Amino acid sequence: MTEHKPREFFPPLAAGVGLGLTLMGMFLISGHGLGASGFFTNVLAWLGTLAAPDWTEMNSYLGNYLGATHPLNSWLSWELAGAAIGGLAGSLIAGRFRFKIERGPHTSAGARMGFAVGGGILSGFGASLAGGCTSSLGLSGGAVLAVASFVFLIAFFAAGLLVAAVAGRIWQ
Amino acid sequence: MNFPFENPGIPLLVLAGVLFGYFIESAGLSSPRKLTAQFALRDWTVFRVMFTAIVVAAIGLWLFDVAGWLRFDALKIPTMFFWAMALGGALLGAGMAIGGYCPGTSVVGLFAGRLDALFFMLGMMIGMTVFSLSYDSLQTVYQAGKGPAGQTLSGLTGLPTWLWLLLLAGMAAGGFLIGNWFESRRGGKISAKELASGS
Repeated sequence: MTEHKPREFFPPLAAGVGLGLTLMGMFLISGHGLGASGFFTNVLAWLGTLAAPDWTEMNSYLGNYLGATHPLNSWLSWELAGAAIGGLAGSLIAGRFRFKIERGPHTSAGARMGFAVGGGILSGFGASLAGGCTSSLGLSGGAVLAVASFVFLIAFFAAGLLVAAVAGRIWQ
Repeated sequence: MNFPFENPGIPLLVLAGVLFGYFIESAGLSSPRKLTAQFALRDWTVFRVMFTAIVVAAIGLWLFDVAGWLRFDALKIPTMFFWAMALGGALLGAGMAIGGYCPGTSVVGLFAGRLDALFFMLGMMIGMTVFSLSYDSLQTVYQAGKGPAGQTLSGLTGLPTWLWLLLLAGMAAGGFLIGNWFESRRGGKISAKELASGS
């Protein structure tokens, strides 16, 4: 699997133009931008209906995600299925696909998995609180010049810089 | 032309998703090492790609609006809840600095072969469960600092949209120059080759 020489990434400007046109296209066809975190909330609501249906329906947050249709019957599921295909195809075509646990040179695989879960917990809670993620609030809200999105983006980058100043050893 | 469509249908949604995943992966943003190198100020790819995408999409949507092909008021524009968005945004930034992903890049990362993305997703589900358990007691924070519905930068300041687009493009260009300066001093961009040879 490692015998393929990986092709270099697109220049950021070129990838950014491609992503920007994709984002514009999504707005034109659907009226909303790209998203991701809402899919995970839908999955949680669905798992909740399987594991604890009464509790999930009564929960004032997750209850909102249970409508007349199945919680996974949402544009987010189709979009992310596409994103999975796009990521897989792109990495395979460019010879960049690798099965691995990606980590910093001084971080063990076990520690990396722990940090991944820990960072995921912060992200899951944060995305629920903000009502969106880097895609839906940062990118998509930014493209329609929403004030909310620029508050979100400034907080995102500021906190990332601060935490990395303390915890950067995980990666460097 | 009358955008946005009432119902885009599944094939177009999947197509938009494919392009989304393809450009994220092609930029290198399915790699947590590359994503977190932004916060070490070593590799400014995250900033460049995001800012370029925002400016390109914003200019495109504005042109469609000016041409009369788009009902701009039918677009989804998030309403500000200041504290929820500032704290939530900060938690997502911290989550990326520690966990290496945001929700969208974890999906693309997993399908580019990164198993650590699964653990990040597991963490997200835990974080969302904790949030739904504490939702009622979080109401004061959740609702605090509410702004006008769907307010844009033009709505806030009274400046025309084209001027904001120019300002944002200028800020992007300035950021790219600052990025160049840092990249030349902190080791520079992480290449696909470096990622393939390392862990």
